[in-house]
Amino acid sequence: MNFLIMNIPLNITSTIHDWIYSIMPETAASITIMVLIAVIYLALFAIIGLYLVLLERKVAAWFQLRLGPNRVGPWGIFQTIADALKLVSKELTSNDRIDKFLYNLAPYFVIVSTLIGISVFPFSKQFQAFDINIGLFFLFAVSSIGVIGILVGGWASNNKFALIGAMRSGLQTISYELSVGLSLLTMVLLTGTLQLSEIIEVQRTGGWLILQGHIPAIIAFMIFMIAGTAETNRAPFDLVEAESELGAGFHTEYSGMKFAYFFLAEFINMFIIASIAVVVFFGGWLSPFGITDGITWFPEVLWFLIKVVMIIILMMWFRWTFPRLRVDQLLTLEWKYLLPINLANLMFMAVIIWMNWTI
Amino acid sequence: MADQELETKIKTEEYFVNMGPQHPAAHGVLRLLLTIDGEIIKNVEPDLGYIHRSIEKMCERDSYQQIVHLTDRMDYLSSNINNEAVCLAVEKALEIEVSDRVKVIRTIISELTRIASHCLWWGVMGMDLGALTTYFYAFRDREYINDIFEETCGARLTMNYNAPGGLMFDIHPNFVKRTKDFIKHFKTKIPEYDRLVTGNVIFQKRTKGVGVLTKEDAISYGVTGPVARGSGLSSDVRKLHPYSAYDRVDFKEALLTAGDTFARYEVRIMELWESISIIEQLIDNIPEGEIKATTKAVIKLPKGEYYQRVEAARGELGVYINSTGTKNPYRVKFRSPGFSNLSVLNHITKGSKIADLVATMASFDFVIPDIDR
Repeated sequence: MNFLIMNIPLNITSTIHDWIYSIMPETAASITIMVLIAVIYLALFAIIGLYLVLLERKVAAWFQLRLGPNRVGPWGIFQTIADALKLVSKELTSNDRIDKFLYNLAPYFVIVSTLIGISVFPFSKQFQAFDINIGLFFLFAVSSIGVIGILVGGWASNNKFALIGAMRSGLQTISYELSVGLSLLTMVLLTGTLQLSEIIEVQRTGGWLILQGHIPAIIAFMIFMIAGTAETNRAPFDLVEAESELGAGFHTEYSGMKFAYFFLAEFINMFIIASIAVVVFFGGWLSPFGITDGITWFPEVLWFLIKVVMIIILMMWFRWTFPRLRVDQLLTLEWKYLLPINLANLMFMAVIIWMNWTI
Repeated sequence: MADQELETKIKTEEYFVNMGPQHPAAHGVLRLLLTIDGEIIKNVEPDLGYIHRSIEKMCERDSYQQIVHLTDRMDYLSSNINNEAVCLAVEKALEIEVSDRVKVIRTIISELTRIASHCLWWGVMGMDLGALTTYFYAFRDREYINDIFEETCGARLTMNYNAPGGLMFDIHPNFVKRTKDFIKHFKTKIPEYDRLVTGNVIFQKRTKGVGVLTKEDAISYGVTGPVARGSGLSSDVRKLHPYSAYDRVDFKEALLTAGDTFARYEVRIMELWESISIIEQLIDNIPEGEIKATTKAVIKLPKGEYYQRVEAARGELGVYINSTGTKNPYRVKFRSPGFSNLSVLNHITKGSKIADLVATMASFDFVIPDIDR
């Protein structure tokens, strides 16, 4: 749907742009356009979130010998919309001794950080709201704000299970951020730029980065997937909400739409991690072997989404087959294995670039 | 030295957490009072009684035929084995010799119950460790057994298939064929269980060396069943004091010495194979004969004390009946495996993490109505 608006006729967006500038003064026009873009991104956010939930439920069902949602609409496509309507209309309950201000603030931390993250996404060449020259760094920085929301929410809930969950989240995010950052840094050595659109353009000539950087790139990709899964607090790293240990973890005391914010943010985070993987390792919106390069009308965003969905299905595969790690094993994995491997890998990559061994 | 300095500077405090009575890992209404320092468990105090139904007291009110039906509700996952225990005790007191047909059918159904129970345990163990898919795999296979039971006696869980003196009804004509089909199906599924969970490196890390129970502790706490056998304590009643048709089949007692959660897991997987082997040996030659020995309509046990032990899915189940010669027992006492096994929980989980407690509890396979009765 989005690629229809954004991609086929570039002139539609520019027509709207010109029309808005023609009917109102410049300041008002630019504000209007910003608001319009924000609304589009909010809608995108909701659609991505809801349909990833549906995808997760379907994927889970395929893994678990079930059918998954199939009652609301064909193939259950309206199931999550119905769920969202239910959550919106639910009463917001909380216990008595919460820290009201922080309790209400926490979901917004989580949701806003993911929303800012989504703004720099290069969905396609024409469809990127915010192409800054430190794109990768920015994305990485804002996506880690979310953990503050989880910590605050767990603290303000006045629930011991929530507090344990929040503290685990702190441990986990601080540790795994290192691995995410270092594995991306390895790839940045190869591209020489942090701007997301340029990272993709580099791959147009030399092939996808995972091929260009061969061994160290593959190692970096594997580390990125492990650490990225941990960053999103998904199984096998879902200690934050380990339901067999902590009930529901940090969002035990949240209900209705506030719970839904946490819930949607988790799925958007997964989308963000998968998108970074696609941009940095798999050539973003570029088609494999340039098969659609000649076709000018072909929506490039389609390639981007196909790749992202494949990475997301990989992450769902992790979730539905692996048991959960214990908290000390989680830290051992990061500090004793991933981090040293990552540092060595970074050196290895530097040597490869220095010796000009890249493909 | 540095650690000590840190400890004096940062003051930590122990705190209490109520794990249960409504908690996903408790599998029922077990309440654990945890004393925790951060993630480290200092003390575990089980608090029971949330599902106490005075089954032992109700037994004093009921006739011997009626007692059988109450025992379904103790360990509902091995309900048939509980029924069998009471029937064996009453038959022992009346000195009734049941026919070979009854013995063989009882053994087959008890082993099917054991497989069903272990299947459910396997699913739930995976779920407690965070692998949710195991639950659905296990229920797929358990469903076959429940269908077999439903066809034969009409019930899927609380079966009431045994009665003092024999069985309620004869087996369904399809029973043999369907059991064979199930065995054929299930033999291909246990390796699948192994591929999904047993070989998984995270699963092994989570279970090996966790919740170690030594053989000495197992003896002194009265631990039985797969938990004791995981610690190298030979305690299989089927082997040590054979009842029903267990003396005529050839099977190995699953015995491992490590005593950790993984050993208990392995023991149960081995028991699945042994149960299959027992059923295979018996299913082809179920002897002809009466399905119920003649008993009086009102059973009166002679004055005295009677005790019968059987191997339930969770360990040794003992039935003690004290009779004064009337139609009701004077006192009935069940020695349930879950209660004794629960008593050792504090001892082996002290000093471990919350996640270890959950893993250990999963490997103990508690059924709370069995503990509370």
